Amino acid sequence: MTDNIVEINNLSFAYNSRLLHKGINMRFPRGKVVAIMGGSGSGKTTLLRLIGGQLKPSEGAVKVDGRVVHEQTTAEIYRMRRKMGMLFQFGALFTDLSVFDNVAFPMREHTDLPESIIRDLVLLKLNAVGLRGARDLMPSELSGGMSRRVALARSVALDPSIIMYDEPFAGLDPISMGVIVNLIRNLNDALGATSIVVTHDVHETFSFVDYVYFVSAGVVVAEGTPDELRASNMPFVHQFVHGEADGPVPFHYAAPDYRQDLLRDAHV
Amino acid sequence: MFDRLTTALRGIGHRFIDRVWRLGSAARFFFYTLALSGESLRRFHLTIREIYFTGVLSLIIILVSALFVGMVLGLQGYNTLQKYGSSEAIGVLVALSLVRELGPVVTALLFAGRAGTAITAEIGLMRATEQLSAMEMMAVNPIARVVAPRFWAGVISMPLLAAMFSLMGVFGGYLVAVPLLGIDDGAFWSQMQANVDFHEDIVNGVIKSFVFGVACTIIALFEGYDAPPTAEGVSRATTRTVVNSSLAVLGLDFVLTSFMFG
Amino acid sequence: MDRTTLDLWVGIFVVAGVAALIGLSMKVGNLTSSNLGATYALHADYENIGGLKVRAPVKSAGVVVGRVSDIHFDDTIKAAVVTLDIDTRYHFDKDTIAPIHTAGLLGEQYISLLPGGSDDNLKNGDKIGKVQNALVLEDMIGKFLTNKASESNDKKAE
Repeated sequence: MTDNIVEINNLSFAYNSRLLHKGINMRFPRGKVVAIMGGSGSGKTTLLRLIGGQLKPSEGAVKVDGRVVHEQTTAEIYRMRRKMGMLFQFGALFTDLSVFDNVAFPMREHTDLPESIIRDLVLLKLNAVGLRGARDLMPSELSGGMSRRVALARSVALDPSIIMYDEPFAGLDPISMGVIVNLIRNLNDALGATSIVVTHDVHETFSFVDYVYFVSAGVVVAEGTPDELRASNMPFVHQFVHGEADGPVPFHYAAPDYRQDLLRDAHV
Repeated sequence: MFDRLTTALRGIGHRFIDRVWRLGSAARFFFYTLALSGESLRRFHLTIREIYFTGVLSLIIILVSALFVGMVLGLQGYNTLQKYGSSEAIGVLVALSLVRELGPVVTALLFAGRAGTAITAEIGLMRATEQLSAMEMMAVNPIARVVAPRFWAGVISMPLLAAMFSLMGVFGGYLVAVPLLGIDDGAFWSQMQANVDFHEDIVNGVIKSFVFGVACTIIALFEGYDAPPTAEGVSRATTRTVVNSSLAVLGLDFVLTSFMFG
Repeated sequence: MDRTTLDLWVGIFVVAGVAALIGLSMKVGNLTSSNLGATYALHADYENIGGLKVRAPVKSAGVVVGRVSDIHFDDTIKAAVVTLDIDTRYHFDKDTIAPIHTAGLLGEQYISLLPGGSDDNLKNGDKIGKVQNALVLEDMIGKFLTNKASESNDKKAE
């Protein structure tokens, strides 16, 4: 039994012949909450899909529980996924099912439990996220924060050992954000699971995670505990943590010389 | 100038290869759907739900269209037949046109427009909102759970809708011919029954509607599944469903008709 | 829409569809009871079947009493052997004649059964003794022309 439930070794991934990741190394120890941060488009969500086996790496390997993901057969990948829960950006609830049926979905698909037990389990999960009273609503009737919480209840329906969060704070008001932060930490500790949070929300994330990986231009540029990173002097980390407009990640999109650009038309 | 020609040719070649590649993709999708159909038959209520949305909700448009088509056939047919003194054959004309051709074909076209686009939009949106991805991550194969039940629902609904279309159309023709134009009631039905053969006409019509059902449903499902996950992507996909389904139906109609009646 | 209402509508839909199919077959088509009932087989040899096809009707007194189920060429007697499936409700005697008639002037061909005077009836597998071949158009025209020719010869002779 390895100490790290997920390991990413020397991972390279190319998308449409463009190299997205170049030799990434990450470790996710059991029982910890780890954040993957970086600018938009740095391939953070793709990392989650690689862990879940939805994509295959071009080089290197992703290991879950000691087994290389892309070497498994489809049936084995499906079995591995039953121990994973994933919260998609904006929830991805099934719009034709009620809140109750959404949370019950994994239970009905993968277990033979009778409806009475399923009902109790669903109410348990909904209660943990504070939405037991909303069980009969349809996803279209929920606010952004509420649907995110229902999706969270659904992703922990089968008590997974790995929970992945894809931008869980995107577009939420401060109260909902606080709720989600609490839920991620408490659920992780209550289930004894490992949580991987992909996000770019520095303030929220630093308040509850155990370890952070910074990804930029396809490589891990920095890693450490939130305290270590707050004190870091690395230019990229500094710009990211303090939200500086210009730095290693430039403000201006590549353009010709400013003076030349303006004067060019004047000559004509 | 030569440059423009080669670019144009390369463009055409590229588009052609694209289409062929897509056709292969669609064929593979079709076989996956068939292979993973076990669940839609074991948990039949999934399929029943889809029969409601594709079949039952299409009933109104099918029946109303059938009535009008039948009535028009009656009027037009009478117009021409009475010039040759054969106006009593109007029943035969209406029945054969409907059962052999119009029933299966028009039902398929209406089905593609109503149920096909609904399926494409639904699945395209499920993909755009990552519902299919979420299902995969929950270790549920979306093709088995979402695609296959809709496929079988379409295949079951089409022949039933086509039969109802034909019957309603005959009734429409009857309404025009007997009360309106004064054809003899008995002659209408007896001529029809004497000339419409169960094996040759009705069975062939059912076979046609079954084949059209397979084609229209799988096209609708594929376009939805393959659509780019954006609003524009989904809307283009629904247009493609109607266009490709219609072409497929008319093309298959020619092939099947030449086999059956040629 | 809950499960039970959905199931009800789907059930109604399927029943309506199947009823439409049956209705089409019976009222619009010619799937009558005689096609579905029990039958017994009779055979007949023809030198010329003309345009007779399998599933052509077998009529007696103008009423359909059966169908042609098989037509094949017998090499030993150099004639066409036709198998007729007759509805068990109807019986024909051993002197029955079975000519091939045409519906209308140029319509499809069918077998007519004209009863004879025998006391015994034909049983399953029996062969019909007396047949009449199909009228072939070319022979008829040929006969008509020779008749016309001999008529004018007679006139000349007078």
